[in-house]
Amino acid sequence: MGNALIIAEYKDGKLKKGSRAAFAFAREYTQKNGGAFHVLVIGHNVTDVAEQCRRFGAEKVWQADAEGLGPYLAESWAQVVAQVAGDSQAELVGATATALAKDLLPRVAAKLDAGMASDIMGIDDNGYFLRPVWAGNAVVAAEITSPVKVVTVRGTEFEPAPEGEPGGELAPVTVNVDLGALKKRFVRFEEVKSERPELTEAAIIISGGRGTKGEEGFKLVEQLADLLGAAVGATRAAVDAGWVPNDLQVGQTGKVVAPDLYVAVGISGAIQHLAGMKGSKTIVAINKDEEAPIFSVADYGLVADLFKAVPEMVEEIKKAKA
Amino acid sequence: MKILVTVKRVTDPDVKVKVKSDGTGVVTDGIDYKVNPFDEIAVEEALRIKEKAGGEVVVASIGPAEATKEIRSALAMGAERGILVTTDQPLDPGVVARVLAKLVEEEKPDLILMGKQAVDGDNNQTGQMLAELLGVGQACFASKVELADDGGKATVTREVDGGFDVVEVDLPAVITADLRLNEPRYASLPGIMKAKKKPIKEVTLDSLGVDTNRKVVWHTFSEPPVRQAGIMVPDVPTLVAKLRDEAKVI
Ligand SMILES: Cc1cc2nc3c(=O)[nH]c(=O)nc-3n(C[C@H](O)[C@H](O)[C@H](O)COP(=O)(O)OP(=O)(O)OC[C@H]3O[C@@H](n4cnc5c(N)ncnc54)[C@H](O)[C@@H]3O)c2cc1C
Repeated sequence: MGNALIIAEYKDGKLKKGSRAAFAFAREYTQKNGGAFHVLVIGHNVTDVAEQCRRFGAEKVWQADAEGLGPYLAESWAQVVAQVAGDSQAELVGATATALAKDLLPRVAAKLDAGMASDIMGIDDNGYFLRPVWAGNAVVAAEITSPVKVVTVRGTEFEPAPEGEPGGELAPVTVNVDLGALKKRFVRFEEVKSERPELTEAAIIISGGRGTKGEEGFKLVEQLADLLGAAVGATRAAVDAGWVPNDLQVGQTGKVVAPDLYVAVGISGAIQHLAGMKGSKTIVAINKDEEAPIFSVADYGLVADLFKAVPEMVEEIKKAKA
Repeated sequence: MKILVTVKRVTDPDVKVKVKSDGTGVVTDGIDYKVNPFDEIAVEEALRIKEKAGGEVVVASIGPAEATKEIRSALAMGAERGILVTTDQPLDPGVVARVLAKLVEEEKPDLILMGKQAVDGDNNQTGQMLAELLGVGQACFASKVELADDGGKATVTREVDGGFDVVEVDLPAVITADLRLNEPRYASLPGIMKAKKKPIKEVTLDSLGVDTNRKVVWHTFSEPPVRQAGIMVPDVPTLVAKLRDEAKVI
């Protein structure tokens, strides 16, 4: 019976909430298949993060701490993951499907000669991994036939593992990666700062599309978001136009979200966009074209000019809150 | 500079596919096939690099014989020649990566450019796997690629969570294209005419001597959960009232 090894992600010394989806999956997986759930933290000066990881029911938290391991590079981290996958007798290696995990885990899979399933939503009775294909218009049951299985876990499909008392044993990893031989160097990280909640963690998301017609128009979306303490999302069209940062793109090739409330403002509802938000609990669409496909997934549709409707919504909500 | 760039034949990205009633796949009858949009961006980037630094762009595809059409599209954009590895059997990203590694061994390109994912399987795995098999660096989800003058390395800006990650990678390397790397050109009429005469080498998958055993096998397909039909509201006050009293989300 193999174990499940999950790679934890963190930012500024804090475990990312998103990682708890993969923790939850690993707990479920090991409860069903036997074996234990382990966590791996990689980086430099990550003792704090490793400590935080002890609170989610893992039997062991592996800490690979070395100067050369921070910041992240797929080439060095993949070697560490492969090493610890062996040390921890993992039959499943995974992480929540973030940009980092999508970059890292296929490389790990190749190193371990393992099959990989991306963005999994669950497991069926045969032990096959359920995952979206064709922009989420179909779900396939994917069997991984190799002894080690690599997965990324869709964050919206698993309730984050609950935080408890510190448990699991802390296990330092002796890292033997030749950093001189990596063929890649980190240059810099250009952070896009925002005071708003993260897209993948927000209860409410207000998203804007090409219909907002520019940065000025997009501000209406942001106003509504700020009033509700919501995150801001966007379509590819709005991102390509440079009105909002790239990592706000929701969709097949951007972020997948499932908040309690998703408000689509001036968004047509292309299949690539729907792929990223149709799992939201309540969907509102505001569009002046009554034929827009976004209405087919909306719980509440309003055919209106957004430049009138959104400011009016802000006023109504202020009234309702007062 | 010799660049190997990959193109996958995929169903039209803007068509919503349906699952076959027996769950054996998706219905593809009547759907056009196109070059995977991310691969088109990779081809464009390869051409821009070639136009600046000189050299050759070789286009590779693995798939049915019909995929010559997708290779020709890339040749019409300006690539020099194509390689089609023919097979009708199902593949997984690992098999594709091994085949590409074999082509790299034969072609010895200075750079490999690929799309970050194909819009049918949505795996986002092959480039990373290829880089590992070749023992070279990877720069995935690229939104900007700058080559050093001596052609020995590339500085790549990557789209990641929370911003942009800039890395410097030694060549040869695998770079995968994200949406905002460039806007692919349309093939010109002379380009299309010229492409008809450009060489495409066809080899069968079996002749390459690579391990073609899949480690990921697709079984049943099912429909994603469908949403209950919603309602249209006449005005903003009604909408806000519904959100507050019915959906209880604000
Ligand atoms: C490979 C690939 C990957 C892609 N990945 C993604 C992805 O991850 N995410 C994504 O979002 N897209 C993605 N796309 C793009 C996608 O196909 C669509 O082009 C995009 O989602 C359209 O954005 P939009 O709805 O903002 O713009 P449009 O489709 O132009 O829609 C604008 C809408 O605004 C409405 N409108 C205009 N003016 C007003 C007004 N005054 N008041 C109210 N409504 C108004 C219009 O009626 C229209 O419905 C991808 C495309 C490709 C090819």
